[in-house]
Amino acid sequence: MTTVILFAILVLVGIAIWQITKIFELSQLRQDRDDSQIANDKDNNWNGQLMFAFLVFIYLITIYSFWAWGDVLLPEAASEHGQDIDRLMWISFALIFFVQTVTQALLHYFSYQYRGKKNQKAFFYADNDKLEFIWTIIPVITLAVLIMYGLFTWTSIMNIEENDEALVVELYAQQFNWKARYGGQDGVLGDANVRFLQDYDGRNLVGIDSSDPNGLDDVVVQELHLPKGRQIIFKMRSQDVLHSAYMPHFRAQMNCVPGMITEFSFIPSMTTEEMRQTPEMAAKVAKINKIRYDNSKALMANGEEALDAYQFDYLLLCNKICGASHYNMQMKIVVEEEKDFNNWLAAQTTFAQTIQQ
Amino acid sequence: MGADHAHHKETFITKYVFSQDHKMIAKQYLITGLIMGIIGIAMSLLFRLQLAWPEKSFWVFETFLGKWAPEGVMDPNVYLALVTIHGTLMVFFVLTAGLSGTFSNLLIPLQIGARDMASGLLNMISYWLFFLSSVIMIASLFVESGPAAAGWTIYPPLSALPQAQPGSGLGMTLWLVSMAIFIASSLLGSLNYIVTVINLRTKGMSMTRLPLTIWAFFVTAIIGVVSFPVLLSAALLLIMDRSFGTSFFLSDIFIQGEVLHYQGGSPVLYEHLFWFLGHPEVYIVLLPALGITSEVLATNARKPIFGYRAMVASILAIAFLSTIVWGHHMFISGMNPFLGSVFTFTTLLIAIPSAVKAFNYITTLWKGNLQMNPGMLFSIGLVSTFITGGLTGIILGDSTLDINVHDTYFVVAHFHLVMGISALYGLFAGVYHWFPKMFGRMMNKNMGYIHFWVTAVCAYGVFFPMHFIGMAGLPRRYYSNTAFPYFDDLANINVIITIFALIAGAAQLVFLYNFISSIFYGKKAVQNPWKSNTLEWTTPVEHMHGNWPGKIPHVHRWAYDYSKPGQEEDFVPQNVPLAEGEEELQH
Repeated sequence: MTTVILFAILVLVGIAIWQITKIFELSQLRQDRDDSQIANDKDNNWNGQLMFAFLVFIYLITIYSFWAWGDVLLPEAASEHGQDIDRLMWISFALIFFVQTVTQALLHYFSYQYRGKKNQKAFFYADNDKLEFIWTIIPVITLAVLIMYGLFTWTSIMNIEENDEALVVELYAQQFNWKARYGGQDGVLGDANVRFLQDYDGRNLVGIDSSDPNGLDDVVVQELHLPKGRQIIFKMRSQDVLHSAYMPHFRAQMNCVPGMITEFSFIPSMTTEEMRQTPEMAAKVAKINKIRYDNSKALMANGEEALDAYQFDYLLLCNKICGASHYNMQMKIVVEEEKDFNNWLAAQTTFAQTIQQ
Repeated sequence: MGADHAHHKETFITKYVFSQDHKMIAKQYLITGLIMGIIGIAMSLLFRLQLAWPEKSFWVFETFLGKWAPEGVMDPNVYLALVTIHGTLMVFFVLTAGLSGTFSNLLIPLQIGARDMASGLLNMISYWLFFLSSVIMIASLFVESGPAAAGWTIYPPLSALPQAQPGSGLGMTLWLVSMAIFIASSLLGSLNYIVTVINLRTKGMSMTRLPLTIWAFFVTAIIGVVSFPVLLSAALLLIMDRSFGTSFFLSDIFIQGEVLHYQGGSPVLYEHLFWFLGHPEVYIVLLPALGITSEVLATNARKPIFGYRAMVASILAIAFLSTIVWGHHMFISGMNPFLGSVFTFTTLLIAIPSAVKAFNYITTLWKGNLQMNPGMLFSIGLVSTFITGGLTGIILGDSTLDINVHDTYFVVAHFHLVMGISALYGLFAGVYHWFPKMFGRMMNKNMGYIHFWVTAVCAYGVFFPMHFIGMAGLPRRYYSNTAFPYFDDLANINVIITIFALIAGAAQLVFLYNFISSIFYGKKAVQNPWKSNTLEWTTPVEHMHGNWPGKIPHVHRWAYDYSKPGQEEDFVPQNVPLAEGEEELQH
């Protein structure tokens, strides 16, 4: 149905354009037969007015977008450093909105105000060192502040120090799924390499070196569990092509590169349950379920299955093009209290158990 | 010289095909670029349909994609191929060759007062290499396993291993061969531009009297010569890895149940090599568009460009900085975070010369007498999208903020506005403005107005909402987002974007019709229709070898004496000597 409507809209727009062109041509013919194809006062006038209208359009589309789509933006960060990123983000956005509003206003207002008229002469104004200096130095100062702020935050996020408190988790990427590995009892990840992937009839899912004693108690899982309030240090690997581990709710992302181990670290600050209960997330989920319910009705009318109801979970997505199923390379993340996490981890099968089966 | 040229016997082949005349080569570049642009834009409309109505059946898919769209439903592999080739065509074939190739060729000799390029032969070879690379790129669309599909950045290992995706087979080989030839073409062209600008300026045309178009083309050519060879080396090393078993970019790979022999290479090395061109490439695309805007804006505002020296300085500053910011594409690639700090610093510095340019454009309009010709509208539009798109660069260039928006639709929105749409507007402004010079006829202005206004509204309609989708955390290059119920509330935004994209596509047909019909039936142009100061308008309307029938004019003033006090007319061409007592502006 939408396709038909869309097609109809396109056809109508096409016809409209064609007709407007014709009307313009006819109106040109009737008048003083100015067919020089160079803008005359009339063109300057209506195009100048449209320039002003365009300014209004830019403002309106901005306001409308925030009004209509403000709720699709990511909710508040669920990690400690994420709060810092969000703060810097909103400062940058405030600056951007200010500059955008002012410069677009000047640009389009001048286009409207100084639209050409016959017998009018432009003001010969070629240079002004003072002005140039002002609008060089203002960006310099503003950017200096932003750069400093950004770099301090960046350094504090990216300087990852190994420590005993932190939980080390390996994220393992392959076309087209994710796995996670925990250090087990000793908390240390055993050595691993893609050469070991074929050992034990393919049961060695992430290529752990079975001759390394640290690796025997390792735990490999398909669902990422994280304890709230504890620093997590991610060690990332990929077995085939580039992938990128993107965890938008934690403001975390790092590429997974075959042949090397990359790192990222954060402290989860909200459990899955807590995030589900925030009013904005509850509203978002309700909205999504409304959409899914409506879609289901259409599906069922066609004799297809209805969509499941949606419940919020943190996501790990692949964010580096990796092949056909790139768009569906995901893993669920569960953030829980330390106690629950420990219980969950203790119930998992270790590498030693896996290879003895 | 001029007399000699007149004696040449011209056949159809030497005049229209293997021409060494810069004006004909410019037209060849433009038309080839437009054809590639039609293909590139059509591809974007196809994948926009898929994004708005994921996994729905469309007859256009069945018609154009054949076996890649069984029963009219697009295959994920072909989706990736479409985004890859769309990016490649638009960035390299349309906005590098189509824009720079057309206007550098047309305007450098005409605006500096030269009879032709320094080497007409190299110029001709440059075009034909470009043509060859275009043919190979298009041919790659028809190979059995499909065209390259690893994104226009073709990061290995995805692009290196045929096992990783079908597009990394023969399609990728052809992509690499095509790009290698393209780079050769671009280098020959750039060297020619540089030599011509340095050596063939007419008497009086000092560097400080050059129109800003020429400054932009000149500096663009220098950036190209500095950075394109690095992409060539990346392409060659990738060809070695693919076909000769080397391990420059590959290490420790297990794919399709087998361990590959590659050891010790790193994909991050490829990323460095690629972006060492990739980022300057943004300015290779953008600077000519800004140069064209400077010229069109000043001419139609009937006012000197404001701050000529600052404009030249900012072109140079942007060019210099553009070669030391490539790492901002790699903040989260796994490279040392300290490098991230360095690249954040250099990247945000680029905002300064960019801001200076934007302010100078706005001041140029102030108290002008704006002639709203279609070229002028596109120039104003360029300034608008350049600001809107450029500002979000402050977020993406900041490594801290990039962590969470990297590779999302926020990036797509940013670069499409700041370099895609802006550079396209530059291209359109140039076509409308210099069409009389190229074809001796005028384009229809009313169709130009419709083209501009529909495009301008749709450009914002398409790319503004994408910021929101990106801030919602949706990655780019996703075939569909139905795999994530979390993104279900983005579906209606995607529909709106696609509708705007389709209307924008339709508006380009108006341009195309106008362009083609005006070549044959447009109103005959007068010699200097826009009352412009630059030298190209002193040549006769009918093209001739050597450009000027008699002597080459000498230059006595800068290019921007518009509405100069004490002058009868509101423009004084560069070849008019200073009147008695008249002072040349110290610029």
